[in-house]
Amino acid sequence: MNIWGYIFKRILQTIPLLLLVSIISFFLIRLAPVDPLAELRLNPSITQETLDYEAQRLGLDKPVIVQYGLWLKSFVQGDFGYCTTGEKVADKLMERIPNTLLLTSFVIFFTWAVGIPLGIVAALHWRKPIDRILTILSSIGMAIPSFFFALLLLIFAVKTGWFPTGGLTSYDFSEMTIWGKILDVLHHLVLPVVVLFTISLSGLQRQMRGNLLDVLQSDYVKFARAKGLSETKVVYKHALRNAINPMVTLLGFEFASLLSGAALTEYVFQYPGLGRLILEAVMKSDINLVMASLMIGTIMLVIGNLLADILLKLVDPRVEVA
Amino acid sequence: MSKLPSFESVQKENILKAVLKDKFARYAFFVLVTLYLAVFLAPFITPYSKEYSNRDKAYCPPSKIYVINEDGKLSFPYTYNYVRYFDKETFETKYIEDRTKKYRVKYFDKTFYNVEKGGELYLLGTDINGRDNFSRLLYGGQISLTIGFLALLVSFPLGMLYGGLSGYLGGKTDFIMMRIAEAIMSIPSFYLLIILASILPADMTSIQRFTLIVLILALIGWAGFSRVVRGMVLSIKKKEFVIASEAIGASNIRTIIHHILPQTISYVIVAMTLSVPSYILSESGLSFLGLGIQQPDASWGNMLKEAQEFVNIVSRPWLLTPGFLIFVAVLAFNVIGDTIRDVLDPNSKER
Repeated sequence: MNIWGYIFKRILQTIPLLLLVSIISFFLIRLAPVDPLAELRLNPSITQETLDYEAQRLGLDKPVIVQYGLWLKSFVQGDFGYCTTGEKVADKLMERIPNTLLLTSFVIFFTWAVGIPLGIVAALHWRKPIDRILTILSSIGMAIPSFFFALLLLIFAVKTGWFPTGGLTSYDFSEMTIWGKILDVLHHLVLPVVVLFTISLSGLQRQMRGNLLDVLQSDYVKFARAKGLSETKVVYKHALRNAINPMVTLLGFEFASLLSGAALTEYVFQYPGLGRLILEAVMKSDINLVMASLMIGTIMLVIGNLLADILLKLVDPRVEVA
Repeated sequence: MSKLPSFESVQKENILKAVLKDKFARYAFFVLVTLYLAVFLAPFITPYSKEYSNRDKAYCPPSKIYVINEDGKLSFPYTYNYVRYFDKETFETKYIEDRTKKYRVKYFDKTFYNVEKGGELYLLGTDINGRDNFSRLLYGGQISLTIGFLALLVSFPLGMLYGGLSGYLGGKTDFIMMRIAEAIMSIPSFYLLIILASILPADMTSIQRFTLIVLILALIGWAGFSRVVRGMVLSIKKKEFVIASEAIGASNIRTIIHHILPQTISYVIVAMTLSVPSYILSESGLSFLGLGIQQPDASWGNMLKEAQEFVNIVSRPWLLTPGFLIFVAVLAFNVIGDTIRDVLDPNSKER
């Protein structure tokens, strides 16, 4: 099958999946005994037209099934309704999604740049001191609660004053030059990236180590060695390629766990990302916002998996659609 | 999966023995036993009850215990009470030891440690309501350390049954059941967790809330697990003993529960031990956000909630102690889980 056919088939598969997710989350949220417009009515800056519009869009006087249909229709059309603050949900999401993508792409980049080499080192020195040390370190990395680690880094930031203690930009951001702006954002990103990096690094390093160890035991590696190839050639030319392939699938999962793990980290660092948005929405019972950000989070996750699958197909053409 | 030893060959005592051969696993086991003992013997360890609160002693620093007296001589262990004063220069409430009266620290007097009447002994300081931090750590541990196991007891049977049914029945049922499981897996789990927790009504007794939090945690983990079980069932159901069970007319449920699922047991044991930490972390995360266990009940997560303020984390570091305990407990569970996997699945090289 050519690559485009594969991509097309995979995209087709995601549509029923997203529909199912939307049904599950819609009915879950409707379980809450909250009037979706209650908060909007309390906000004096919301006009009666907006209220009527929302009531009609959500079809609140109709049965739940019809409500779901109406919601789905307006969601597909890109109309996500209004937040309790009166802002448009879509605008708010557009503001937060790039921030979350920025954070996660930094984290994924660093975890891969560090985790893959460390996994290789550990596998090549299997059961030797360096492998033991890396195993202990990765156990520690996996055990730190993200929010606790974030709090510890906050203390560090407050005591040393080296890093900003939250947010994504300084108060005088708008007056900065373009380079100043980039530096400012990077400065704010350091601590959240460190937290998420530490937590996802351990899993990736272990996985890489396990994969390489498996491959190193396979017949073709034994054969390559028996042929008298140098160890460098055996490992880097023959073994590594096959050990990397399963890691590509992991990329999708990693994106998923980052979306989830980032919520708490974003909360502690007051980082304006999707995770914190949904948290605040949940706490204020802002139904429109909760529903939309849940769906967007899921879509991002599904796209992440899709990209990982396509990447896998590119590096390993043997893969077929399940 | 055929590499895995069957259930008969790995009996429970052997697992424990084999696991404890590992040095790290022994340490981890020791740490966990100590934690669980301390947490469940809490009423016999600390003199303060869960409800104890001294409003005049909010954020009191940890009491110091002296064994050398002013004359430089060895004496019975004693402590001083703290008194609060207002620093007019920095505008802060501060605590200073009242050196005028000594209070003897007593051991095995009603509780493991105690202090003379009138004295206050806050081993790890107090929180905003003047509650003894150390006692609350122990009582909070009762919740934090059990919630993971309770959630396991719900999610694993559910996942096994779901995966078993799906794999065994096959065809359209399998297709639909697996698409539903995938849909649940596609929702970012923490998002789902906070949404479910926020649906809970506010007016619940703490027991009700605890039960519902357990159920919510359990709802998160089962889908991914059931998929793996289903995969294993697909290969198991072609074996002779399954066909034999069908031939003698056993019902589907009976065949699944009595003949198929027991074959997955070594995977299940490994997956269970490895997922205890994630439940502990999820509960503490939820409570940290204020969506899990609520005040006045303690859990390690909701105790850390207070540490969210800058003033607190910088000048009152004892409020961070629950975080260390979560870390230690999760680390110990991970080490044991890894060792169990090595024992049950010697071919796995992940460690």
